[in-house]
Amino acid sequence: MQLLRQRLAKPLSQGVLAGVLCIYIALTGMMEAFGEREIVTGVLDMGKVVLLGPFVGLGLLLQQRAPNRRVGWIRVLAACLAGIVATGLFILFINAISIRHMFTHASPALVEYMTMGQVAPAAGLGLFAVAALAAGAVGSGLALMPAYWRNTIFMAALLVVGMALLSELISQVLRQILNGRPDRLLFSQGALRPAVATIAVAAVFAWRGLAPRIRLRSRLPQLEPERQRQVSLAMRGAGVLVLLVLPWLVGSYLSEVLANVGLYLLMALGLNIAVGLAGLFDLGYVTNFAVGAYLMGVLTNSGPQATGEFNFWLILPVSVLAAMFTGLLLALPVIRMRGDYLAIATMGFGEIIRLLALSDWLAPLIGGSQGILFIPKPNIGAFTFQTPQHLFYIILAASLVMLVVINRLDLSLTGRRWMAIRDDETVANAIGIDTTWIKTLAFTLSAASGGLAGAIFASKLGTIFPHSFSLLISMNVLCIIIVGGMGSIRGMVLGTLVLIGVPELLREFSEFRFLLYGILLMAVAIYRPGGLMPARARHYRTEPVPQPAGGTPATSSSAASG
Amino acid sequence: MPDRACFPVNGKPGPVTAAKPSPVATLVHRLALDRMSWVDVVLLLIRIGFISAVVIGSTRTFMEGRFSAAQWGTLISAGVAQGSIYSLIALGYTLVYGILRLINFAHGDVFMFGAFCTVFLAIWTSQQGILERAPAITVLSWILFAALISMSIAVLVERLAYKPLRNKPRLVMLISAIGASFFLQYTARGFFSTAFRSYPTVPGLDGRLELGQITVPHVQITVFAVALALMAGLYILVEKTRIGRAMRAVSENMETARLMGVNIERVIMFTFGIGGALAGAAGVINGLYKPQGVSFIMGFFPGVKAFTAAVLGGIGSVPGALIGGLLLGIFEALGPNLVLTGLGIPGSNQLKDVIAFLMLVLILIFRPQGIMGEAIEEEKA
Repeated sequence: MQLLRQRLAKPLSQGVLAGVLCIYIALTGMMEAFGEREIVTGVLDMGKVVLLGPFVGLGLLLQQRAPNRRVGWIRVLAACLAGIVATGLFILFINAISIRHMFTHASPALVEYMTMGQVAPAAGLGLFAVAALAAGAVGSGLALMPAYWRNTIFMAALLVVGMALLSELISQVLRQILNGRPDRLLFSQGALRPAVATIAVAAVFAWRGLAPRIRLRSRLPQLEPERQRQVSLAMRGAGVLVLLVLPWLVGSYLSEVLANVGLYLLMALGLNIAVGLAGLFDLGYVTNFAVGAYLMGVLTNSGPQATGEFNFWLILPVSVLAAMFTGLLLALPVIRMRGDYLAIATMGFGEIIRLLALSDWLAPLIGGSQGILFIPKPNIGAFTFQTPQHLFYIILAASLVMLVVINRLDLSLTGRRWMAIRDDETVANAIGIDTTWIKTLAFTLSAASGGLAGAIFASKLGTIFPHSFSLLISMNVLCIIIVGGMGSIRGMVLGTLVLIGVPELLREFSEFRFLLYGILLMAVAIYRPGGLMPARARHYRTEPVPQPAGGTPATSSSAASG
Repeated sequence: MPDRACFPVNGKPGPVTAAKPSPVATLVHRLALDRMSWVDVVLLLIRIGFISAVVIGSTRTFMEGRFSAAQWGTLISAGVAQGSIYSLIALGYTLVYGILRLINFAHGDVFMFGAFCTVFLAIWTSQQGILERAPAITVLSWILFAALISMSIAVLVERLAYKPLRNKPRLVMLISAIGASFFLQYTARGFFSTAFRSYPTVPGLDGRLELGQITVPHVQITVFAVALALMAGLYILVEKTRIGRAMRAVSENMETARLMGVNIERVIMFTFGIGGALAGAAGVINGLYKPQGVSFIMGFFPGVKAFTAAVLGGIGSVPGALIGGLLLGIFEALGPNLVLTGLGIPGSNQLKDVIAFLMLVLILIFRPQGIMGEAIEEEKA
């Protein structure tokens, strides 16, 4: 008994943890909400994935860490049973006693969902137990098979889930390219048809089993530098071409999503100067966004706050300059602060701006809580950028310009000065960098992009209200930078697509967006402080120095940590 | 005494022979004006601007005689009650900052969680009639329950979000703290939905006490008394007990304390627990004081304001948190009427939070060490 307790204590507690995770997911309402999103029609939905996922993980982890198979199976069995008992007790509890007045999601519908749709609790619990045990067994099986095939299974699963979750996007593109409703062949009500899922899985297996391992990129570094440049130029050209036709491929609604992604990308690129390059933790980025938006709104609108009714293109640079000026003004008092105090102070600025925009004091000028209405869309001559598709091009152009600017800044001497300050301000100061000026510059330039995004935002929406400028905007942008990878431009693009684009596509999940952001932030801080796509460490090399005859040419190289 | 004017300034070689400096140069040197950079000029201008705004605003309000002494008294007593709630939350920030040099961004949400869980107990006791029969004991049990919940949440957050990051850069911890804050807020939203829920009215707390011209609601006195009692308890805990001594030792110097045999991890856990318990208690008295009820976003503003209070009092100092909280509460109550009305700004009470945030920013700029605190060493973030 003593021995048994010693050996099984850990698996049992891990099993209970998995059960607690299940209960947590159920109580936050995630399980039911995800349950509405089917992946394979009639077979699997997203809720079942999160219900049984912890058990698969349990099997995988315990089996991998076990000294041999027999011990592994016993541990997995014990852990799964513990998890099942914990979850089962919870199901019985909320079935017997209603706690709905407290936990809104602990409803009979939840019980029904967790017991696989059975009405009789005993049968349902049995079914749940069998499913959980099977999930544990699947996890163990995955742990026991060769890594190559395990990865193949993960790829297949990812493909199926990805296709199902992005069904709306895929259908839209298919409908634009082909006539009729070709998407009906693949999906029924947003879920993959079972046959299609089978074919997809089979295709992945066939590819991994039959085809030699193709490495697409690996040949690039072997080419001559001249060829390399041509290839990368061609790839960039193709990328821009795809972006140009994208809004017409994905239709009006998804273009709206793309436009939002673009606006956030603009802001992320801007904030990246302060946070990623110069290491200035700015939690009040929304200030710049608000200044750009309000300036555009006030100077172009034809509503009650009409002042001038200027043209969009005239006000766009003015908004950017105004945002830069605000950035400069707000940077001056906080320029001596370091680290966390700077974060809190800038957050204070962001909130002050929102509260001022909301107040009656400035209402005659900027509309107060009523906001600013009737902001015109941008136009060139007689052509008006009316639809999201049109506006996408303006945002695309702005993003591309910012991308180029930031890429150049990243490589410039100023960029390296920022990085020096980020890595060690005292040392940077000691080697002769004017830290005050360079930090002010970072704040000012970072504000420009926010102002640009704000101005386009105001014109795109046509109306602005103070509640659009909450702390959550700053937090979203900050999340993009941290999750994507501080200082990494590719990271910004990935981060924006994942954090802004995906939640817009998956309506069922959008309620839990910030919950997932919170978990992501903690996970990134703990496991990947550099973000998903960390900035590459850059190696600076100087040209070989010609040596006096007899000596070998020396190559002095220094590595800058990025 | 070396004459500083002899040293090269800005790369230009100074006079080598000690020529007699002119009286103007001496004055400039005495006032340290020669070492002033343009940032100092900006900071000085900001300082002058704010001081003159406060002076002009309040003199004009007093000259006009807009409010009576009784009205000022009412405002101050409301400020003291609100301020004592800030003080209780501020203690959590101060204790944790003292030990880990971490701004526990999730602390406001720990406060929210305690208040939110306890509101269900409070409603239940009110429905069962327990509250009617023994109000004092029932309220005490709410406070205990909330303290227990918040304590567990705070310890849990420490375990999940901060413990894996010991000795990592402070900004990484701040990122994790922001994540934890989101996590708690939206967990509460998922669990309890977005609705507002109010604490039931406690019999005996809806009366008013007449003190000469000033009337003070009972609830304000209760809030202040409970907060004072809790803080006295904390003071004894920190100053007189063994674990309190360990806490002080760790906040003085963690490495030395470790060498002296203090169990650092236990002290950290205890600190988070105590801070959380005080925040939970603050959650209940906040619920009694504010009739609009609790919701999942209620933690943000009190959290930021309590942080302001902690910095104002001097972060790391226990009496500082009390003083900072009370001062912030009073400023926040008086500020709009005293300063903003005098400056002729309409809807001044809408700008109450602006005053709190402005104070936060100004304190961080001009006096980051606060009233009671010693200067924080310029550690790298």
